[in-house]
Amino acid sequence: MATPLITGTSTPDPEEWPLASPAPRGGILEVFRRRYLLKLVVKRQLAQQYSASFLGFMWSYVQPLIRFLVYYFAVGMVLKAHVDTPYFAIHLLAGMVMVHFFNEAVGGGMRSIWSNRRLVKKMALPRETFPVAAVMIGAFHTVPQIVLLAGACLIIGFSPDLTGLAAGVLGLAVLMVFGSALAILFSAMNVFFRDLQNFIGTLLGFMHFMVPMLYDYRRIADSAIGGTIGEEIYLANPVAQGVLLMQRFFWSGVVQDPSLTLYPDHLLLRGLIMLGVGLVLLALAQLTFRRLESAFPERL
Amino acid sequence: MTESIVVEDVVKSFTMRYHRTLKQMAVARVRGHDISDTFQALNGVSFTVQQGESIGLMGLNGSGKSTLLKLINGVMRPDSGRVLTRGRIAGLIATGAGFHPQLTGRDNIFLNAAILGMSEAETKRKFDAIVDFADIGRFLDTPVAAYSSGMYARLGFAVAIHVDSHIFLADEVLAVGDRPSKRKCMERMQEIREDGRTLFYVSHAPGSVRKMCDRVIVLENGRVGFDGDVDEGIRYLKYDADGPADEPNDEDLGADI
Repeated sequence: MATPLITGTSTPDPEEWPLASPAPRGGILEVFRRRYLLKLVVKRQLAQQYSASFLGFMWSYVQPLIRFLVYYFAVGMVLKAHVDTPYFAIHLLAGMVMVHFFNEAVGGGMRSIWSNRRLVKKMALPRETFPVAAVMIGAFHTVPQIVLLAGACLIIGFSPDLTGLAAGVLGLAVLMVFGSALAILFSAMNVFFRDLQNFIGTLLGFMHFMVPMLYDYRRIADSAIGGTIGEEIYLANPVAQGVLLMQRFFWSGVVQDPSLTLYPDHLLLRGLIMLGVGLVLLALAQLTFRRLESAFPERL
Repeated sequence: MTESIVVEDVVKSFTMRYHRTLKQMAVARVRGHDISDTFQALNGVSFTVQQGESIGLMGLNGSGKSTLLKLINGVMRPDSGRVLTRGRIAGLIATGAGFHPQLTGRDNIFLNAAILGMSEAETKRKFDAIVDFADIGRFLDTPVAAYSSGMYARLGFAVAIHVDSHIFLADEVLAVGDRPSKRKCMERMQEIREDGRTLFYVSHAPGSVRKMCDRVIVLENGRVGFDGDVDEGIRYLKYDADGPADEPNDEDLGADI
């Protein structure tokens, strides 16, 4: 029964294998270098989400669909937001797709280290794999939603311009970067302060109201905070930026008449600045994670 | 000879927190109780292991064995000092690998193998051998939460042993498991040893350490109390004093309590 397990690899070649710290190098780059592991973690997470569920994967669409219908009814028809917002449904959907992605990435990422504590405690792997996987899962759910949104726009009559396309891509990039940064940061902090997940969860719950999605940006510009520092604070929310950029692509693409759609000045420039800020935040999040992770095994 | 594991003056301490909620902490502060305390698990541990040596790590419960293993495995980093290793590491920390309870045995094999550095092709190639060794039969597609502790331990051991590693860590692998599976595990570990891999074996059973190891390190309250010959190490621990009462049971390859 004793078959040789390995062939000639039992003694490491000192050239190929220098003495080194056994702790995984970690870091986002390392996570992507070990793509196969990342893929397995993502697959596993998805399988777990849908285990013991008949509708399974469909829940990722059913829930947003119901939310969309409720908002469309309550805000659109009852509060009459759709009266002065042409194609209110597209306006709403473009926003919802973005908010949903962000909330899933940050919310899932925040809990990821804690909920994988059995692995984190015993196995040496780049621990950023877990929050990054949460962002991937968010993206995985979002891509088909964007395809559906594009389909709806095509049926209505869709003629986007190049600026719009650039805006849409930029919007996704902004949320991808911010989502990853916050997922990584919060996942580490949540190990030490479990209150965080309740606090952030509450904030994320308000996100639908803090972005121009149920109402269009014109309402903000015309409101008491319009033109004041208040408006700048409102626009400093990366999700608000992401939503506006995505609407610039889809909503403007169907409305077409620019006089009916209003955006903040220098929308693309704002988006680019936001992307830069996000990248800085991502680097800071990575550094913080690095500092905190050595205490994970004892605190989980 | 090449160095396989180098541990230099390693210190690792843990913070113990007594009070978790704000209220409990406020009350403790008012009453003048400590809010936290530190505990030194390892205090200035140094040793060097050459490639191909097989080390028996012994010591009483709480002497720092598992912490040392976690540092060598890379799950933890030392507070000060250095831990350096050469090559791929596989093995088990505290009976059983990090499995995910809701995942099936099959999924856990792939995930565990990937964490240990195996590629998809490599895992597929060895999959049957792993399942065969773990002897989990029909439970392969059942979530591991439903496994018996013996099955759980066997599966973890099966994956770890099939990794092309240069260093193999085994922490109380034989604590759970019946006689046949213990024997099977010991046979495999002998193979690993003969293969020229570095073996790091944690055990309380002098018999299996004698069979398996050519050097013993004894930890005492986070320090190296003894480092050298196997029989002397066991004598140092006074584990042989229990005499014949211990032996028969020990002959059956390791009562790792």
